[in-house]
Amino acid sequence: MKYADFPDDRGHFGDFGGIFASETLMHCLQELKQAYKKFKTDETFQAQFKKDLADYVGRPSPLYLAERLTQKVGGANIWLKREDLNHTGAHKINNTVGQILLAKAMGKKRIIAETGAGQHGVATATVAARLGLECVVYMGEVDIARQAINVFRMKLLGAEVRSVSSGSKTLKDALNEAMRDWVTNVDDTFYIIGTVAGPEPYPEMVRDFNAVIGQEVKKQSAEKMGGLPDALVACVGGGSNAMGLFHDFLDDASVAIYGVEAGGHGVETGEHAASITAGKVGVLHGNRTYVMSDDDGQITETHSISAGLDYPGVGPEHAFLNHTGRAQYVTINDDEALDAFHTLTKIEGILPALESSHAVAYGMKLARNLPKGANIVVNLSGRGDKDVHTIAAIEGVTV
Amino acid sequence: MSRLNPTFEQLQGCKALIPFITAGHPKAEWTVAIMHALVEAGADVIELGIPFSDPMADGEVIQLSSEQAIANGVGLKDVLLLVQLFRERNSTTPIVLMGYLNPVECFGYAEFVDQAKNAGVDAVLLVDSPVEESAHLLSLLKAADMEQIFLVAPTTTDERTKHITAHAGGFLYYVALKGVTGSADLDAESVNVDIQKIKNQTTLPVAVGFGVKDAASAVAVAKQADAVVIGSALVKKLGQCENESDATRAAKPIRTALNSL
Repeated sequence: MKYADFPDDRGHFGDFGGIFASETLMHCLQELKQAYKKFKTDETFQAQFKKDLADYVGRPSPLYLAERLTQKVGGANIWLKREDLNHTGAHKINNTVGQILLAKAMGKKRIIAETGAGQHGVATATVAARLGLECVVYMGEVDIARQAINVFRMKLLGAEVRSVSSGSKTLKDALNEAMRDWVTNVDDTFYIIGTVAGPEPYPEMVRDFNAVIGQEVKKQSAEKMGGLPDALVACVGGGSNAMGLFHDFLDDASVAIYGVEAGGHGVETGEHAASITAGKVGVLHGNRTYVMSDDDGQITETHSISAGLDYPGVGPEHAFLNHTGRAQYVTINDDEALDAFHTLTKIEGILPALESSHAVAYGMKLARNLPKGANIVVNLSGRGDKDVHTIAAIEGVTV
Repeated sequence: MSRLNPTFEQLQGCKALIPFITAGHPKAEWTVAIMHALVEAGADVIELGIPFSDPMADGEVIQLSSEQAIANGVGLKDVLLLVQLFRERNSTTPIVLMGYLNPVECFGYAEFVDQAKNAGVDAVLLVDSPVEESAHLLSLLKAADMEQIFLVAPTTTDERTKHITAHAGGFLYYVALKGVTGSADLDAESVNVDIQKIKNQTTLPVAVGFGVKDAASAVAVAKQADAVVIGSALVKKLGQCENESDATRAAKPIRTALNSL
């Protein structure tokens, strides 16, 4: 069986994934699965999706050779996949453009979403505004405080942002609250999940809508490198930008694949969000995957400098790729990500999101150990404008 | 044989009352006394909640009770110990453990079933483990003569109900509303219609819960059902108690609901 053939017809990636949802949601998840299955091969739907990606999102995004960064590191060529140049500033819009088309086709009137860094919330509010649909975004109280600009952007776009104050007040709690909303308003509401997690069919669907990233990279690599890249690097919180980049290359054995988890203050301190590196197999938010939990099975609080990686689970396909060894999962700590942020900003004139800075940091490490002429593609999943206040606060600067 | 079947057989047309409490809430050392008080007050079955950090199907009251129980240091192994302590003085009232899958995943399925059996648990209801994902657990529970309770919701199609009843044991738990536990706005009329439809498909007893607040709402939804579950309303009362005897007294008013059925 090829990697591209996963998941199976029950949403399983090997031992991972599945549909661990409460009974009230089962029928609408099965409806969604049927609808998605139909539209996945529907030419009109796919043509509309491609058109929106081109004309609204601004695709294809460039594959840019970071020459000064490559020179500074002194090893393999570092190429940046510029998802930061998409409309709304991150890869998240690829998925929301796709899911809202599906919502519309299914006749749903109301959109809900959860968000951590606010990028998915903004991307959802954006497409809801474009289609004139009511939109409610759930966001943890802690994240609202550290991503104030994105909260305001969502409000400008006409979305209602609901603050979540249960549990750790971050992304996982926003997801719980969105699930509670969905279970209550299941008839008219479409839940746009922002990452490759959740119950079947979300991990597959969100991956497919983001797979355009890897498809473009494959074409661009052929043109610019004359073949496949040697390695792919992407940050992994839930893991949607990473699955988007990786998916088209999973069955190309010569391409090494690296997922970069948030090491926070260091995995050894316990203050991190590295679910694959340091978590254990469990069930959270509808799927079986690696989760951060204590011995009693309680989900533990995570830490990362970047709100978008601050999540105690990970998409089940990543769990599967780790289990089979097809992809390697590594960690980058807060301070390394911050260094990478400054380096890329200063020598390439590109402000990466703090999430993407983790991938840049590992890309630089990897490039050092690979020969000159080898090619590494780093997914620059989002731009860093949303993070300047966080960075200023850490560095004691008043903006 | 679990204690559930004889319990429902003995009812002979009366409605069973199933209180839900979160183990370890509001204080771990009160739980066993509260369970005994519930039995004295007329509970036929007890649903004991396994505390979980991310109770996605629960409303605020049960979420907070779970957070409190976790803060009190109560995990799945402690829940099993509480059942064992309860069994020292009660060998007849069925106990259903209710919760989410992750604590069981961490415990290990075989280990969990083995220890639950020894503690005196009769059945397990795991909200996020639908029939589709329960094959392994079901086979272990069956081998231990225990039951897995499944939910049926207003959104469950007839075809799914058939599929669920083929695997379910003990009783079916009908979710009376689209929403989380403790929500308002029960539509008793449609609940009774739905339960009648379910009863046409199965010989299993049907319990109804989610949104049953008081005697009046219990009576309204219990026309067709065999049992009524009272959770959030009871948990809320227990949370306001200042000492153990208050808590055991708070369990008493459910008798009113029972008598009026």
